[in-house]
Amino acid sequence: MTDALERIHLQIMWDRLISVVEEQAQTLMRAAFSPIVRECGDISAGIFDLEGRMMAQAVTGTPGHINTMANSVRHLIRHFPPGEARPGDLWVTNDPWIGAGHLNDFVLVKPCFLDGEVIGLNACTSHLADIGGRSFGPEAADVHEEGMYIPPLRLIESGEINSTLMSLLRANSRVPVQNEGDLYALIACCEVGEERLADMMREFSLASLGGLSDHIIDTSREATRERLRSWPSGSWSNEMMVDGYEFEIRIAAHLTISDGSLTIDFTGSSPASRYGINCPLTYSEAYTVFGLKCVIAPDIPNNAGALEPFRVTAPEGSIMNATKPAPVVMRHIVGQLLPDAALGCLHRARPGSVPAEGTSVLWDLSLRGGFGIYHSSGQTRFALEMVHNGGTGARPSSDGLDATAFPSGVIGTQVELAESVAPLIVWRRELRPDSGGAGRHRGGHGQIIEVGSAENATLQIAAAFDRVTFPARGRDGGSNGACGTVRLSSGRHLNGKGEQDIPPDETLRIETPGGGGYGDPAARDPGLIAADLKSGLVTPAAARRDYGYRHGTASN
Amino acid sequence: MRSGSHQLFSTLNTMSENAASQGRVRIGIDVGGTFTDVALETSDGRLETSKVPTTPRAPEQGVLTGIRLAVDQAGISGDEVRSVIHGTTLATNALIERKGARTALVCTRGFRDTLRLAYENRYDQYDIWLNKPEPLVPRHLTWPVAERIDVTGTPLEELDEAGVLEIAGRIRDEKIESVAIGLLHAYANPRHEERVRDLLLRECPGVSITLSSQVCPEVREYERLTTTVCNAYVRPLMARYLKALGDDLARAGICGPLLLMTSGGSICSLETAVSFPIRLVESGPSAGAVLAARVAARRGDARVLSYDMGGTTAKVCLIDDARPQTARIFEIARAARFMKGSGMTVRLPVIEMIEIGAGGGSVAGIDSLGRIEVGPRSAGSEPGPSCYARGGSDATVTDADLVLGRLEATSFAGGTMPLDTQAAAKSIRRTIADLLSMDVMTGALGISEVVDENMASAAQVHAVERGKILRQCTMIAFGGAGPLHACRMAEKLGIRQVVIPDHPGVGSAVGMLRAPVAFEIVRSRYMTLATFDAAVVANLFSAMADEASTIVRQGAGNVPLVEHRSCFMRYLGQGHEIEVPVSGGNIGGDERDLLQAAYDHEYARQYARNVPGMDVEILGWKLVVMAPMPDDPETVMTARSDEGAGSPRRLLVDPATGQMVDVPVLSRESLAPGAVFEGPCVITEGQTTTVVTASFHGRIDCNGYIVLEAREATPS
Repeated sequence: MTDALERIHLQIMWDRLISVVEEQAQTLMRAAFSPIVRECGDISAGIFDLEGRMMAQAVTGTPGHINTMANSVRHLIRHFPPGEARPGDLWVTNDPWIGAGHLNDFVLVKPCFLDGEVIGLNACTSHLADIGGRSFGPEAADVHEEGMYIPPLRLIESGEINSTLMSLLRANSRVPVQNEGDLYALIACCEVGEERLADMMREFSLASLGGLSDHIIDTSREATRERLRSWPSGSWSNEMMVDGYEFEIRIAAHLTISDGSLTIDFTGSSPASRYGINCPLTYSEAYTVFGLKCVIAPDIPNNAGALEPFRVTAPEGSIMNATKPAPVVMRHIVGQLLPDAALGCLHRARPGSVPAEGTSVLWDLSLRGGFGIYHSSGQTRFALEMVHNGGTGARPSSDGLDATAFPSGVIGTQVELAESVAPLIVWRRELRPDSGGAGRHRGGHGQIIEVGSAENATLQIAAAFDRVTFPARGRDGGSNGACGTVRLSSGRHLNGKGEQDIPPDETLRIETPGGGGYGDPAARDPGLIAADLKSGLVTPAAARRDYGYRHGTASN
Repeated sequence: MRSGSHQLFSTLNTMSENAASQGRVRIGIDVGGTFTDVALETSDGRLETSKVPTTPRAPEQGVLTGIRLAVDQAGISGDEVRSVIHGTTLATNALIERKGARTALVCTRGFRDTLRLAYENRYDQYDIWLNKPEPLVPRHLTWPVAERIDVTGTPLEELDEAGVLEIAGRIRDEKIESVAIGLLHAYANPRHEERVRDLLLRECPGVSITLSSQVCPEVREYERLTTTVCNAYVRPLMARYLKALGDDLARAGICGPLLLMTSGGSICSLETAVSFPIRLVESGPSAGAVLAARVAARRGDARVLSYDMGGTTAKVCLIDDARPQTARIFEIARAARFMKGSGMTVRLPVIEMIEIGAGGGSVAGIDSLGRIEVGPRSAGSEPGPSCYARGGSDATVTDADLVLGRLEATSFAGGTMPLDTQAAAKSIRRTIADLLSMDVMTGALGISEVVDENMASAAQVHAVERGKILRQCTMIAFGGAGPLHACRMAEKLGIRQVVIPDHPGVGSAVGMLRAPVAFEIVRSRYMTLATFDAAVVANLFSAMADEASTIVRQGAGNVPLVEHRSCFMRYLGQGHEIEVPVSGGNIGGDERDLLQAAYDHEYARQYARNVPGMDVEILGWKLVVMAPMPDDPETVMTARSDEGAGSPRRLLVDPATGQMVDVPVLSRESLAPGAVFEGPCVITEGQTTTVVTASFHGRIDCNGYIVLEAREATPS
């Protein structure tokens, strides 16, 4: 075979591996139970070589899974050396510091065999609906109160399922049947991966993954380094204040680019919280690198090589590197804000290269009724997560996106479906005028949601909102986005975080934040201002105040 | 528009009465982006085909030219035509190019931004620069009205009629042609939508109105509203076009009624098409899948992968037991690289297929990692691939196929269009080979391997998503480029049998002749098995059956109709429902156990296990009313004697080694049923070429189809 033809075969095999991990992800999504998995793609799947280097990974909805997995497999093969694995083995853990940052995320790793020889590994992660513990809100005092903790264990040994472990998992969940279904979906995902990997190796007459792995990882690493070399060398810092729970949180980021590598350190950031909004370092790393990669190398497939030039550090005990047994269940509240902090550094390195700050944190309405003291009141017992968002930051050459998830990639909830499965009435869900920060390019708008009980009963909310006190900031003269608000119809404000009641005669009114603006509002194209006035998303008063605009009139 | 269409219907109804007793000839017409394909079938099963350029400004002209050509070839007269079945991309194009009617939306107060909020996501996880498609109806033409109906259909707030009258004033002021009405939970109770319609028609006679409770009576407001708005947006345009075409056909002496191909793989009457033009999108590809299904039925293939590759895209569809996989949701006008989520979502019956930006015209280049990438950009037909020598300089899949010996320069498109091999080689050298330090041949092989891998990978992921195993499937390949790439795709997918039907180059037009008249309705009515109410369900189905039968009779006349019922069920709390066929016609009485059993069976079939003890919820109910399928004609063989030995030869690449090997060139029309041949070879015919790789051998079966089987050991 000629060298040129060999190169084409390497490319085809690389493409094939990416297809195999997509198949794994589809298998998992298809059979999964957790609504968040099925509707939001809160999963990941990947293939690894025997050294635990990630060769390919499925592109799914949540950055928090995407990059943590690269670390999980390296951890697990220290517990279970692949050389000692037997066909039909499968390992599991939900350790937040090894896996994806909280106990709900289960990581499964399977050694893969070809003709009796172990040749690689595959892994998948998915969010299980309930693993015991307090379950609702971030109020647990430590990780042990947050649910059942599974250290690295054998879930399947030589094809024999660990029935003791399965019994324990069932007994420690409020929804044992769903959990078991989700675990079987994860197992199926690993099995598909092993089978398809073996098929590919037979088709291309490969006995080991070594050469292909080197090719993929070297090519991706070199391409990423090349991108980084096109950035200026040096160090830049950025600070961002966010709401936190019992205290306001400082996120301090220091970024250095030098000779094709990038390090970012969070020294100077706030210490860990006593509530479950802390991040294990692996999770902080996942979100930070995801945000950086979106700007620096979005098109380079995700694998160990593409991630290698990035390094993330944070002092032990800080909120970005909380240590066991800190509570971590709602770690995404801080994690999702890290891309904004990191991108702020890149803006200093190269102005005009990144968007303004956005809402970034999901505005999930985690509602329930009929629990606790309301259990016997006759009201319907339900728990529902309505997934919603605020606006994203304006871009250097275009407006931000209205009510759109970033960095998360989840799907928003439809009102009619929510009302079908829970005794709720949503009275309003529409965009929030004037919430996007003014600028040459305007921040994306937030939205207004009003929701109450359909049966005149008390509802409970586990609030986990941010950017209620501190807004998404504009860049380069752009204004800040509007802060979020959490209120009752009486006008009484609720806290942005924590478990609270909504009385039967009141509705909850949420206004999600707007994204920051970009550039001087005075430089905004008057045609765009007129269009905003026409749509009613910017009011005449705001147009005068923010843009000094006097010609237009609103259409209604 | 209303008065106009009324006249149109009465004219055509008369025509269909006249026609019923006369002609036996049927004509299928597929208007594609580049070509208009016509297939004419005579009463003795003879098939005449024609291919003429599409006339985008007035598509009916191309249609008439194509019909005239086919009618002349067949030597028949217009009054022998029993029916004309038409598939058109006009509605799709109007949506892509945003050339529909000036449309307004009336929505429930508090929900003005449903279209813009959509799924609150970005269609590309890593792209922070993307913009989302603007809704078809801008915010200033989206008018809320006070009213509210709850999930059970009970009004919580009565309709504000004064508010509706105010909207009528705006419709006049803004010169609105078409109005979409989409109120919350209107699928559960259409009363408010119907009242808004009546008031608006009283105030603004002549305005076109689409109700969400009629177009898409299903739960999930975003999907119902986009479907409603898309329908409203294309409705005036489609009504005008269909009327013009009907008139032109009548003037040309074609007497049979005009029937329309739908995205669901069935045909409908003109009346239905004018009311629900959104159902006409993607009719060409769906007709292709219908063809593949009929080929599968005729051969008795239980599991089939239909593979249709044209100039711009490839379409892949799964067909079990001769029934194409269907879905109720898909996207039109994907803005970005055919990416999921970048288009407009519509919820209506559709033959489910995936479309990949991989066709003969797909352009090859080098990405930032030094890898060959192919598509989704296409060189189209103007200027087209470099080898067309019409000023194009892009290296395309067709250029690679030419260099690799799969296409012959002198016999492309029936010899009407000579290809320039030098130009093809030059473009591949310049844009691929030189940059990667390889020879032209290896560069060309790289292009074709990458495009084949892209298609195979998309097909494989799609099959897994649907729980199917491709290795067990027969591939049925057609479209201008399908037979060229079919064997290589099959090798990559582990598929061991490939079938190329007759007339593969005009597959969709032929498929239209094989589609039944049918109508599908889905209604949402939420219940769990624990709260199952048989009386409610019986009423629901009976109303749906009345509605669907009336519609089918418009197109099929007084023939016996068949009903299929099913429902969409899932375990409580699951994200995705599955369709469960309900046997025995009626659900009623105490048949909860029957439903539970049907669900358990179907769930286990799809996911290999059940989850005992979980309650099951039902989101929607589906009813299909269908007229009998048109009969397959007996095959008429026009083949001359078996040749084989002494056939001409040419050089063809072996993808495994990259070497050119000398292979025979067979002419399809010289191959009679029973003829056998060995790969590697190529089989040429008017509109396409079949490449048989070394790992396959083939024969012509009793239907005249090319059947290729993998040899025992599959080479890599």
